[in-house]
Amino acid sequence: MRKCALSAMNDIFAAIASSKTVYLPVDGADGNAAFTKWEDGLVWSHALNTVRSPKDFFFPQTEDLMAFKTEGKTIEVIDIRKESEDFVIFGVRACDVKSFDVLDRVFLSEPVDSFYASRREHGVIVSLACSRPSETCFCGTFGIDATAPAGDVTAWKTEDTVYFEANTAKGAALLKDIEALTEEASDDAVKAQQEKTKTILAKLPLANLTTEAFGGGKTKEFFNHPAWEELSQACLGCGTCTFVCPTCQCYDIKEFNTGNGVVRYRCWDSCMYSEFTKMAHGNNRLTQKERFRQRFMHKLVYYPENNDGLFSCVGCGRCLSKCPISMNIVKVMKTIGGNNG
Amino acid sequence: MNAHDTLIPQIGVITDVRIDTPDIKTFRVVTPDGKKAFDHRPGQCAMLSIPGVGEAMFSITSSPTNEEYMEFSIKKCGCVTDWLHQAEVGQQLTIRGPYGRPFPVDDEFAGKNMLFIAGGVGLAPLRSVINYCRHYRDRYGDIDIVYGSRSKDDLLDYEEIINEWANDAGVNVHLTIDNPQEGWDGHVGFVPNYVKELGFSTDKTAVLCGPPIMIKFTLEGLIALGFDKTQVYTTLELRMKCGVGKCGRCNVGAKYVCKDGPVFRCDELDELPDEY
Amino acid sequence: MQKVTASQLIDRAAALLSDGSVSAVLGWKQGEFDYDITPAVFADEQALRDAFVWNDFCGANFSKYLLKATKKVDGKVLVFLKPCDTYSFNQLLTEHRFDRDKVYAIGIPCEGMADIDKVKAQSGDGIVSIACGETIQVTTLYNDAPVSVELADVLEERCANCKSKKHVAYDELLGDEGDVLDSARFDEVAQLEAMTPDERFAFWQEHLSRCIRCNACRDVCPACTCEKCVFDNPASGVENKAPANEFEEKMFHIIRAFHVAGRCTDCGECSRVCPQNIPLHLLNRKFIKDMNDNYGEYQAGAEVGSRAPLVDFTLDDPEAADVLDRRG
Repeated sequence: MRKCALSAMNDIFAAIASSKTVYLPVDGADGNAAFTKWEDGLVWSHALNTVRSPKDFFFPQTEDLMAFKTEGKTIEVIDIRKESEDFVIFGVRACDVKSFDVLDRVFLSEPVDSFYASRREHGVIVSLACSRPSETCFCGTFGIDATAPAGDVTAWKTEDTVYFEANTAKGAALLKDIEALTEEASDDAVKAQQEKTKTILAKLPLANLTTEAFGGGKTKEFFNHPAWEELSQACLGCGTCTFVCPTCQCYDIKEFNTGNGVVRYRCWDSCMYSEFTKMAHGNNRLTQKERFRQRFMHKLVYYPENNDGLFSCVGCGRCLSKCPISMNIVKVMKTIGGNNG
Repeated sequence: MNAHDTLIPQIGVITDVRIDTPDIKTFRVVTPDGKKAFDHRPGQCAMLSIPGVGEAMFSITSSPTNEEYMEFSIKKCGCVTDWLHQAEVGQQLTIRGPYGRPFPVDDEFAGKNMLFIAGGVGLAPLRSVINYCRHYRDRYGDIDIVYGSRSKDDLLDYEEIINEWANDAGVNVHLTIDNPQEGWDGHVGFVPNYVKELGFSTDKTAVLCGPPIMIKFTLEGLIALGFDKTQVYTTLELRMKCGVGKCGRCNVGAKYVCKDGPVFRCDELDELPDEY
Repeated sequence: MQKVTASQLIDRAAALLSDGSVSAVLGWKQGEFDYDITPAVFADEQALRDAFVWNDFCGANFSKYLLKATKKVDGKVLVFLKPCDTYSFNQLLTEHRFDRDKVYAIGIPCEGMADIDKVKAQSGDGIVSIACGETIQVTTLYNDAPVSVELADVLEERCANCKSKKHVAYDELLGDEGDVLDSARFDEVAQLEAMTPDERFAFWQEHLSRCIRCNACRDVCPACTCEKCVFDNPASGVENKAPANEFEEKMFHIIRAFHVAGRCTDCGECSRVCPQNIPLHLLNRKFIKDMNDNYGEYQAGAEVGSRAPLVDFTLDDPEAADVLDRRG
């Protein structure tokens, strides 16, 4: 395990930034933290997490896929992809690190999404253990240990010190790059922090929420549950939950006429939107109840059915704090899953 | 970055446009150097697009045994199809695929008597498998084809059906139209009723494609005749964007129509929520 | 502290349900953490007693929910309206968006609603429970004793700049009627106006670049009631789910502000729900201030049937050139 003074982080960022782009959570003028490209002097936020998840790094909200030139009856396809640059993301919490596993199973399964794969290859993740979880946190429900996040490097931040441990070859290489700025450390302080955090995690209001009722093969059990009606009653049909969610990965493919050719791009889409499944001759999800149900069935039943029981929720709590009507997966799990937590 | 990505299409050229019905045209497509864009299996689909207009999924109408080109029978019903319907020979488009799970022509279908039932443009995905079975005629038993449409003019591939399919040994074609029409001395009535009237024996594997209401009543009719759902196949259609089970649009329950379908056996559909 | 209590509201609603005056109640439903309250339709007294809440976190404006509820519910819908909600209620009636005969509106006084982010700024994170009384008592995982927070110190922006404690529509009023207030709500607009164009552009650039196009502002907005929004309609040519270029999200918000100009009552729901804390209300307030300056004081929703300045021509209307001159 290596360590450095928290006050020395600017030097660490600077050292890494000489060869890679560095991103870290930085407090914005609006009071929220957001992943921001490091520049000299930018301060690593103390916020528990960002509003926007780090999925943008691998699956950006909009991404150009290709361009076309048309002339008369002919069409030319232009590959406009650029080689991804190497980058390091600092301060990814345990929940969000786990979300990359959820995304990987979609984008890296055959046929591999080369856009996503390229970014994954070039990205190094420095995760950050939690020490002050919020009431909206429930990563433990999904078996995630907030005190020992995965990632290429795991970091623990105490009042004045940052500890690092490499988990992968990529992570070891990163720590090698900053070896001169860090020193060997015992893991006593980290262990102490972990113990303290665990007592807090056990006291979280959602500490007893479980996934027991859910998982693959439960479509028939839950699809026609009478509670969907009431749960979805006030849903505005907006995309807030989807867009702040680190695991939501549905996308649309659209085109933009630049006046000088057509660019085909993809962008995040939301199953909560009324047009999501609309075709030229119909729509198989006509009401908000059906769209709402789809989102939660996907996370709690369909995704685990197709992915060895892994749920596509990581308990980050973003939807809990950001939904305009405060409806969220926890309320769904408690209502549909019965006597839960 | 040179890695191929499934979302990046090839160029196709329309080499023939056949007017099938007042609202269906069949487009023949090859690559600019005159070859087939890719191999496929019966029942599989391809994404066709016109940059600036849009991209949409279509079933490949031609049989894989046709090694020269692919055909798509397309009904005019939206942006992409409207545009294609005014396209001329020589027009390029983009094509990617093949996508989806095909009909089990070499497995479950092998050695079986086949019963194909289609309504309207629903013949398009079946034409591929019908011609595949005709090509490998000795691998299958008797073939019955029940096909209906609104009128004689709305029967897709009419010339091919009359002049080729109907002349094959062991192939029985049963055509029907919804309402009587001058110059039509064939059967009049809806497909589900005609199937019941024809009263097929249950030693067949049935493949259905057509409007949802036709599928529903035809399936009920087949069950009444004693068919088991494991003997009946159909294809689904939902909105698709990626074609490879990632964009999250075409799922019914845990299944993605683009990847796990479009071909489903009817007992498999029973396992899916009623959302298609 | 709110001047009417939840039990007063529940008792009144239960009485109206039991005598058949109304068949459903639109109200606030208890959440997981005392502050995460969900709008809900309550069908019977038991449901009300189980989960109906009224406290300092009941920000949701139910006016827009009446569009759906009045169509779905047989009989009358009882709705509780805070003073600012009544303006949206009237505006929707002006636009014939729901059937007034299907609604029984109870006006309730409001001392302003708390912004949970501001509460947390004082109490810290890790909220275990919140009790709303004389003060807001916040129990957290990280404090030994509950932290006492004054509602006045943690008001939502729209409440800190409350424009009216007067209900402009109701069938019945619980508690005392208030007055239209001399609000400081245009001060921030004036600050924006005092900026140079470059500063102003930078201000909006900074805020709007955070937009994730979730459409929550539009979907919650009582003035946004089009059956099909142009931005959702693939046939409109401007449909979009995400910014295709740098200017896109600004265009979305500016077009939306134009579309609700004269109809926006300044209820502030847009800013309340924005997950990215974008001060969207300032766009609308700028329009309101300009209309006040150019055409005389006008408050959308103050009365049913009033004609907004932008859809009404009078001989006194200033010419465009005069407006430009006035701006200097």
